Amino acid sequence: MRQALAMLLPLTLVLVACQREERDTRPQSALGSGEQPTPVTALEPGGQRPSASDNKAASFEANAFHLSEGKRLFGWFNCSGCHANGGGGMGPALMDEKWLYGSSIESIHATIRDGRPNGMPSFRQKIPDDQIWELAAFVRALSGNAPSSAAPQRNDDMMVHPSENRLPDAATLGKSP
Amino acid sequence: MRRLAFMALAPFCVLLLQGCAGWQSALDPKGPAADELAWLIWFFTALCAVVWVLVMIALAAPLVMRSRPGDEPLLLDAGAERRKMRVVVTAVGLTAIILIGLTLLSFFANRTLAAIGSEAVLTIKVTGHQWWWELRYEDATPSRILTTANEIHIPAGEPVRLLLTSTDVIHSFWIPSLAGKLDLIPGHMNVLDIKADKPGVYRGQCAEFCGAQHANMGTFIIAEPRPKFDAWLNDQLQPAGAPASGEAKAGADLFLKRPCVMCHRIGGTPAGGTVAPDLTHIASRKTLAAGTLTMSRGNLAAWIADPQGIKPGSHMPVADLNGDELNAIVAYLEGLK
Ligand code: HEC
Ligand code: HEC
Ligand SMILES: [Cu+2]
Repeated sequence: MRQALAMLLPLTLVLVACQREERDTRPQSALGSGEQPTPVTALEPGGQRPSASDNKAASFEANAFHLSEGKRLFGWFNCSGCHANGGGGMGPALMDEKWLYGSSIESIHATIRDGRPNGMPSFRQKIPDDQIWELAAFVRALSGNAPSSAAPQRNDDMMVHPSENRLPDAATLGKSP
Repeated sequence: MRRLAFMALAPFCVLLLQGCAGWQSALDPKGPAADELAWLIWFFTALCAVVWVLVMIALAAPLVMRSRPGDEPLLLDAGAERRKMRVVVTAVGLTAIILIGLTLLSFFANRTLAAIGSEAVLTIKVTGHQWWWELRYEDATPSRILTTANEIHIPAGEPVRLLLTSTDVIHSFWIPSLAGKLDLIPGHMNVLDIKADKPGVYRGQCAEFCGAQHANMGTFIIAEPRPKFDAWLNDQLQPAGAPASGEAKAGADLFLKRPCVMCHRIGGTPAGGTVAPDLTHIASRKTLAAGTLTMSRGNLAAWIADPQGIKPGSHMPVADLNGDELNAIVAYLEGLK
């Protein structure tokens, strides 16, 4: 009896290996398409505005598959043309701790979807909503705002900067705690 | 009982044999390279079979014909020892000769393969993508360079040079009826020369595991007589035709307003994406999505409505289109002959 139990333990351990990473490749229509209004400023008369939180954001933010898809799309949709792999060019740097429109995944999603006045084009209708979320999650990874266990670990071509899972958190970089 | 088991097995054997013929089989060669390889396979198999049978007989013989121990087991018969020695030396010598012979044979087969492309009339760059093939027909005149996908038309009876590379992971290009397989490696160019003796359609398949949809990464070589091939090439070089109906016109507008334009190119329109198959003459192809679906209006609509249901993990996302938009886009693409 005890022997059987002892055998069962390694067996269950083996079964653990059968769990496979889930990849959501179809839009979850139940979650809608991220239409939350995103504040451009945090200032609000009469106290603090509740922070926006889209229920879709959570399923993209720390998901390795979505982050790596975002990385691929960042190149495919030529974000690099203006943001140069996150280092900044005609558009602002996305690897630093400075955010013009907020660092939350919701604000970044709104930036990509609706554009911003000083030259960031609107990709509404041009990029399906889920792919915008993937891009937004990846943009956060560029400044070290994604768990290193989920952020992309390699490039398909030459590495222009350390892979995203090794990028330091831009907000605390160079500052003593 | 035995009869029953045999009858149950027979259909499977027939099914297995089916694999030996048809449009994708190394045992049914349709070009000089595949001929050479098939001949080599058969010769190696036959020779090795003979050697195997001889070895088995040699092993079985002592079991069947046991020599009786003599009166004096320690006494050696010098004559018999010498005979045994001679047999062993002969066997070793024969093995060496056979091995060297087979090496020479494969060496000469390789020379034949290498010679096929020495006067190639056409160079096609084949770039592997997850999970489709990008094709570029090279030409000295830039306006005659053709970019297309998945379906490789070649002139029959003429040698063609394929330059193989990849942009993401390693793939492998294998048209069993025409040639052996060769890898597509990121950052490296491999050269494969092929020739189809007769007009026909030959199926190929990615032969190096490359991710979720590796199994659905097929390709076709369509060998045609010279005049037909030239006509095809000239057609493909034309920009896309103007939409014929009002619905197709709406579809063309939608194609440019919706995600499609971010990835796909349609010659003669502002759509210039290079990360997905060129759709300039999509309706002239026989299949969709690297051999996954046959070309038809229904399949076109199915693919655009739900690429992730048909090829889960494919790099084409589900675009949020309503029924009318979908129909309009399909009407437009269907007219791109
Ligand atoms: C035509 C050039 C251009 C392209 C292409 C472009 N951007 Fe921008 N982007 C800009 C400019 C300019 C700004 C600054 C806008 C402002 O200050 O109002 C910006 C701002 C942003 C911001 C906000 C940064 C902050 O500090 O808040 C994000 C995030 C962003 N872009 C992501 C992207 C992504 C993702 C893509 C690809 C889908 C992309 N951009 C494509 C030019 C571009
Ligand atoms: C993010 C990039 C992307 C977007 C956006 C996109 N596609 Fe695609 N498309 C692809 C890729 C990649 C393939 C190849 C898929 C495969 O075979 O694995 C493809 C394949 C196709 C094919 C089959 C091509 C062939 O040669 O068999 C058609 C037709 C097509 N797409 C139409 C569309 C339409 C219509 C839209 C807009 C609603 C669209 N695509 C949006 C990337 C995209
Ligand atoms: Cu493959």
